[in-house]
Amino acid sequence: MAKKTAAIVGSGNIGTDLMFKLMRRSKNIEVKYMIGVDPASDGLARAARLGITTSAEGVDWLLAQDELPDFVFECTSAKAHQVNAPKYKAAGIHAIDLTPAAVGPYLCPVVNLDTLEDVLNVNMITCAGQATTPVVAAVSSVVPVDYAEIVASIASKSAGPGTRANVDEFTETTAKALEVVGGAKRGKAIIIINPVEPPMIMRNTVYCAIPAAAAEPGELQDRIRAAIDDAVVKIQDYVPGYSLRVEPQFDAAREDWDGNGRVGIWIQVKGAADYLPEYAGNLDIITAAATRTADLLAERMDAALPATPVGA
Amino acid sequence: MTATPDTTAQNLSVRLTDTTLRDGSHAMSHRFTEDHVRSIVRALDDAKVRVIEVTHGDGLGGSSFNYGFSLTPELDLVRAAVDEARNAKIAVLMLPGLGTIHDLNQAHEAGASVARIATHCTEADVSIQHFQHARKLGMETVGFLMLSHRATPEKLAEQARIMADAGCQCVYVVDSAGALILEDVSDRVSALVAELGTDAQVGFHGHQNLSFGVANSVFAARAGAKQIDGTLLALGAGAGNSPTEVLAAAFERLGIHTGVDVHGVMAAADDIVKPIITRMPIMDRASIMQGYAGVYSSFLIHAERAAERYGVPAWQILEEIGRAGYVGGQEDMIVDVAVQLASAG
Repeated sequence: MAKKTAAIVGSGNIGTDLMFKLMRRSKNIEVKYMIGVDPASDGLARAARLGITTSAEGVDWLLAQDELPDFVFECTSAKAHQVNAPKYKAAGIHAIDLTPAAVGPYLCPVVNLDTLEDVLNVNMITCAGQATTPVVAAVSSVVPVDYAEIVASIASKSAGPGTRANVDEFTETTAKALEVVGGAKRGKAIIIINPVEPPMIMRNTVYCAIPAAAAEPGELQDRIRAAIDDAVVKIQDYVPGYSLRVEPQFDAAREDWDGNGRVGIWIQVKGAADYLPEYAGNLDIITAAATRTADLLAERMDAALPATPVGA
Repeated sequence: MTATPDTTAQNLSVRLTDTTLRDGSHAMSHRFTEDHVRSIVRALDDAKVRVIEVTHGDGLGGSSFNYGFSLTPELDLVRAAVDEARNAKIAVLMLPGLGTIHDLNQAHEAGASVARIATHCTEADVSIQHFQHARKLGMETVGFLMLSHRATPEKLAEQARIMADAGCQCVYVVDSAGALILEDVSDRVSALVAELGTDAQVGFHGHQNLSFGVANSVFAARAGAKQIDGTLLALGAGAGNSPTEVLAAAFERLGIHTGVDVHGVMAAADDIVKPIITRMPIMDRASIMQGYAGVYSSFLIHAERAAERYGVPAWQILEEIGRAGYVGGQEDMIVDVAVQLASAG
């Protein structure tokens, strides 16, 4: 099939990493435009050198072009996306939102893409949301999860000004996604920024409350392990640096856990170093998820066209 | 060079903040009840302690798998403290990334009037929105630069400036690992005093892992700190905090005014807190290692649990945590480290 075209809006770390990711790793997407607001931005300069049409005049410039893109990737801020989203919609452009605006539904490509019907605007949650919701969804596919909690640790050097100014949004969005996408009855998210040198690789710890029986060795526990392993393999397909640090750890039921047991899962996300170095797995996992989402949506769009010949 | 400390101490005065009901919560595995809170607040208030901190050990929203669940919801404890206090202000701690503005609003509604907002010592900019909000609520504000041994005095002063500009009224040098020794403290406090001038006060929060909590507090006061933290019986994370009753006695002997009734806080420690607590803070191999290796004090009990489960000594887990440079809030790394050490045999 012919590649779909895309514009990246926002030329900071996320937008620039996404540009490299789409160019190097996407099957179905061609980056046509890179849009910023700062003519001096490193991201715009890099895009121009790679032959991408660039503009520092924002979204209105993009929407005034004769050839509109099929996709737009929002890499600005939640506030900016709230303003831009209706404009993309009016122009019929698919929006993949990498800010915490959540105008559209939360999406993790390996969990809930198939179940979403309206995909004109989808939200990529947060980096920690992409790293942890599939694991919580795996556990809750086997047993009910009353409560899921995650701790994300990221290197200080990988935490941009947007993340720093909005840690509350980050934790609240991630916690909500543990419920909506992960299937937990209640979610909690914690983020820690660590300045150690050399920078630490992104880490995520997932704790799920599970029924007492599942915390004991046996068939239920084996099924939970298998579901987690399966989720890890699926994510590794687009985030090769995603791995478990240790085997999932099961803790027996406790009274102060409302009689639940617990499974703990320790995840490391080593980035592909497309733009920032490999410690910035937090950047990598959300741009990789956005790339995978666009590839899958492009296939879905073509499949929806009855005239498309088989094998094209 | 350090300025010569003002040993005359004629005009020095500090405000003692007691955090038995927050930092002490670690040593209680977050099992304080409303009755505990009422009796401790009453005793502290009677002894003229003017700020009392009440929160889960890890601050608002700390009740979790990672840090331990609270027996009693912390807002109920805050409400009980507010109800019991006649003169003291009730303070709450929050760590951005863990608690949120939503939690701060609830604490304010429960009657807390001092917001203490804590970040790792090099990451002060994550607290800007929280200071701005706390001031908008009309709360008094205190900033905590945690694990202060991990930053130079200059770097710490630069971070203190970020907090002060965001609306923080007193920035603390927080020795979360009990790793600072004497001039390590006065150099840092002096740097903050020089940077902040009259824009904000400077405070000090000490731990006993290397036994310097009280001595460090004296050095802090002589270097210009105006707020000093302690806990009754040293109840707190790691080998415990600077004991409030010892601070009060030592400061009085040194002529540093606190306004606190020394007999009152000694009685509070002995008569009220001692019968409640389940564990006396102690300088043992694991907690000394925390001071020596620079490990966040509240990791101690979690490391002891992991030691028991995975058959690796707690001190060894903590030493490795120090080597890896983990910071406050990363209690989740303890199991990871224990499992790796166990499998390395």
